Amino acid sequence: MSKLKFYLPVFGFIVVGIALWRGLYLDPKTLPSMLIDKPMPAFQLMTVDGKEVTNEALPEQIFLLNVWGSYCLPCLIEHPTLMRLSEEGEIPVVGVNYRDRQDLALNWLQENGNPFVFSILDEDGRFGIDLGVYGAPETYLVDSNGVIRFRHVSVLDETVWQEQFLPAISELRNGRGE
Amino acid sequence: MASTANLAKHWGKAAVFFSLLFSLLIPIVASAQVDTFEFETEEQQKRFRTLSNELRCPMCQNSSLSGSSGGVAEDLRREVYLMIMDGKSDREIMQFMYERYGDFILFRPRLTAETVLLWFGPLIFLAIGGFVGFGIWRRARKVNDKDVELDASQQERLQKLLDNKS
Amino acid sequence: MIPEVGQFSLILALFLSIVLGTLPIVGAYQNNYIWMSLARPLSAGVFVFLGISTAILAYAFLTDDFSVRFVAEHSNSLLPDRYKFTAVWGGHEGSFLLWTFMLSAWMLAVAIFSKAMPLEFVARVLGVLGFLITGYILFMLATSNPFDRIVPLPPANGADLNSALQDFGFIIHPPTLYMGYVGFSVVFAFAMAALLSGKMDAAWARWCRPWANVSWAVLTLGIALGSWWAYYELGWGGWWAWDPVENPPLITWLFGTALIHSLAVTEKRGVFKSWTVLLAILAFSGSLLGTFITRSGLLTSVHAFASDPSRGFFILAILGITVGGALLLFAFRAPLMKSEFGFDLVSREILLLANNVVLVVAAASVFLGTLFPMVYQGLTGDLISIGPPYFNAIFIPLMALLVVLLAIGPFCRWKRTSPAFLIQQLSKVGIAALGLGVALPLIVIQELSISATIAVALSAWIVLSILKDFSIKTANKDSLLKGLKALPYNYYGMQTAHMGMAIMLIGVALTSTFSSEKSVLLSPGEEVELADYTFQFGGTYPVNGPNYVGNEALFTVMKGGNELTTLHPQSRVYLATGTPSTEMAIDAGFLRDLFITLGEEKGNDAWSMTIYVKPFVRWIWLGALFMMFGGFLAAADKRYRRLRRKQTESARDKARPKSMGEELQASS
Repeated sequence: MSKLKFYLPVFGFIVVGIALWRGLYLDPKTLPSMLIDKPMPAFQLMTVDGKEVTNEALPEQIFLLNVWGSYCLPCLIEHPTLMRLSEEGEIPVVGVNYRDRQDLALNWLQENGNPFVFSILDEDGRFGIDLGVYGAPETYLVDSNGVIRFRHVSVLDETVWQEQFLPAISELRNGRGE
Repeated sequence: MASTANLAKHWGKAAVFFSLLFSLLIPIVASAQVDTFEFETEEQQKRFRTLSNELRCPMCQNSSLSGSSGGVAEDLRREVYLMIMDGKSDREIMQFMYERYGDFILFRPRLTAETVLLWFGPLIFLAIGGFVGFGIWRRARKVNDKDVELDASQQERLQKLLDNKS
Repeated sequence: MIPEVGQFSLILALFLSIVLGTLPIVGAYQNNYIWMSLARPLSAGVFVFLGISTAILAYAFLTDDFSVRFVAEHSNSLLPDRYKFTAVWGGHEGSFLLWTFMLSAWMLAVAIFSKAMPLEFVARVLGVLGFLITGYILFMLATSNPFDRIVPLPPANGADLNSALQDFGFIIHPPTLYMGYVGFSVVFAFAMAALLSGKMDAAWARWCRPWANVSWAVLTLGIALGSWWAYYELGWGGWWAWDPVENPPLITWLFGTALIHSLAVTEKRGVFKSWTVLLAILAFSGSLLGTFITRSGLLTSVHAFASDPSRGFFILAILGITVGGALLLFAFRAPLMKSEFGFDLVSREILLLANNVVLVVAAASVFLGTLFPMVYQGLTGDLISIGPPYFNAIFIPLMALLVVLLAIGPFCRWKRTSPAFLIQQLSKVGIAALGLGVALPLIVIQELSISATIAVALSAWIVLSILKDFSIKTANKDSLLKGLKALPYNYYGMQTAHMGMAIMLIGVALTSTFSSEKSVLLSPGEEVELADYTFQFGGTYPVNGPNYVGNEALFTVMKGGNELTTLHPQSRVYLATGTPSTEMAIDAGFLRDLFITLGEEKGNDAWSMTIYVKPFVRWIWLGALFMMFGGFLAAADKRYRRLRRKQTESARDKARPKSMGEELQASS
């Protein structure tokens, strides 16, 4: 029995080694959203066009909430996908213009195209904090009752749309109704 | 090995996206943040500093709110300031942050069923260490007593030697 | 052309290290004199070729060879020459080459300073080190080649060295840290040699101790330099963040401290043999763990190099083979190393055993806290953060316990000490320490502070016990001076290092409790007060550096109406990348630091800034320096330099009943 105790270090090391090996497959940087299955935070803000909006203005169907900024390079990269989604009427996209300047935002939309039903103006990032935003671009999937169901951080390209959003949407449609 | 290559590709893509994502928003390590918030009391300022140290910057590489500049960190510090001035308690402020950013933003992990081993681990280690040390000492003492005690024949020999010497 | 020579040199070093890692070890088994004696020349060869590779990489930087990818990623033509040189370790590939080169330097040192050891032993030690270097070079050639070229079009200029690294601290911290870190590979090799041969005696411990002490001393310096650098570079007064990349050197250091104490017991009393070997393996695995965490992207950290999982898997494989293999060998061979000496409940052995328990628990706890987020994520899918609040809550009580034990240890004799003697000596020290703890803070700051009292009391506990022990050890001599001269370096080393703990303890506790800071917006001519000092803002003016532009501010610091000094913090923008950064201005003092960090200009020449007053912060690193000196002193003890010691003489020495003076001398 006393000889077995000398095997404890090796055994401990194997356990640690397996943990480290598994750990290499994890991504420690993407925060899971705390708002999954919770309603959209209440807001009463202006849009980039200067209109006042509240939660009432949100679409009464499944929609995307996209956090973007004119300074944000990846937002430009995902822009064509958002344009396609909005132009083909596949899903409405509501924007949150995050920590930006209104004039720069309007310019950006003018130059590149506006896929958004409307864009909430969040110059000081306060609304972003309520959403738990930590960096643009982020996209939320919100159901017809205004409940957040899914969040994707970083670029939303066609692959992400196919592989992550479409399955989530069909699950919503089947399970919880339009 | 094939799966590793795929994994590397996937990670490579992720790395590119993340570096783009963070390139404009990542705070620079060497530039410390400087806010100029006005507090009414010394205690409020102390609370602000403590809370800024206890909260993690959600977009940075493992620094606290107080040690990061720009972006979300700035906004969150402003929120902490406003909440302190609004009379909110430390607990309420931490709760506010937790509701939006989760456990990630708390540098002091909450004590839950999953973190029990974390918080009591060191105590358990100490108990094990003490136990093992005690066992070692007990064995050593047995050896010690053994080599100090002499049986009858050895006692005789010792006596003879001592007698001879003197 | 020249970078290819560098790569070729690396390959040559690989071939030599492969031979080194096999033939001498096999030779030791077969008693093959020729194969064993290959070890020393092969070690020299590996060192030479790794040195050539490193020199060529430095040359590529200094000649702005941007066709080499590593140079292009970390340098720029405008970069000052000294930073071009240090950029060698400014990124993963180069720093790993430096790491490996330093290991070969240690290996060469062992080859040179091992005349007293039998060839069989030296062959095994150098063989193990050669085996390690083989793994490292393979890693470089497979995943992290510093000599990779950019084809077909090299850039016209490089991406510049990260502005945070263009600093004096970066010149000295990584090389020193690596030097200490890598030094524990030597002790590991000694331990492996003992396991491979199946024998370990007091001679082994005597050979091992200087290497352990020097590695430990250099690692202490390396960690302290990192802390000091972070303090003045980051600009907000922090000096230890419990970051996942900072923790592994600390874990190694904690295991290393336990090791140097355990070695003392093994050398003097022949006990704790297998435990000492295990500690050597654990300390070494701490250094590999650090390499793994820093370079694999496993954990999020401010220090991490750009991550690449294929590197992570490779390092994990190296970890598995070396540490896993060592622990397996340990399981087989350690039971053979039986110790047959006993000791009493109150004895130096017990105190050192307790020291080891506390240090190993501390190392295990830091390890737990560092890796727990990863385990948590693996099991639950959620992310948690473990930061300073957790680590401080765990670490500080353990260190307090260690400090209490620390003062008692030197008073205990080996094997058995009379408890009455201990109580008689230490009760006075204890009461005096408590008295000082209560009185000093009251006198200085005129208010009651629990943390200050505890810190001063614990520190006084150490200092007074050191003085008391000196008085006991010199009591029988003709004069104090004669008594002091008779004490061995070993003893001075111990007390110096312990004194370092006391100093560092004061620095840590008092700076954490009594630091103050203030953030303000000032226009030129305005002033702000903080902790008895007045800071007058004199405005800013533009400055130009070799590769940056910026603004420099002028501050006049006054105390009690008298001008003390001026401070010139800067706000810079580096030209190559456009990254902004601040250079804080520090007035460093023995009893306190004053520093100012600039924020931004907010219109009309008004600037935001933060002022800091940090009492006793320098004592943190002063304490570390004392510890380092203590380690070097202990390693310099005459007994390690004695060429031969007659076996009979030492055996007779052990058997003879000792006089009080001799016993005291031997027990140090």
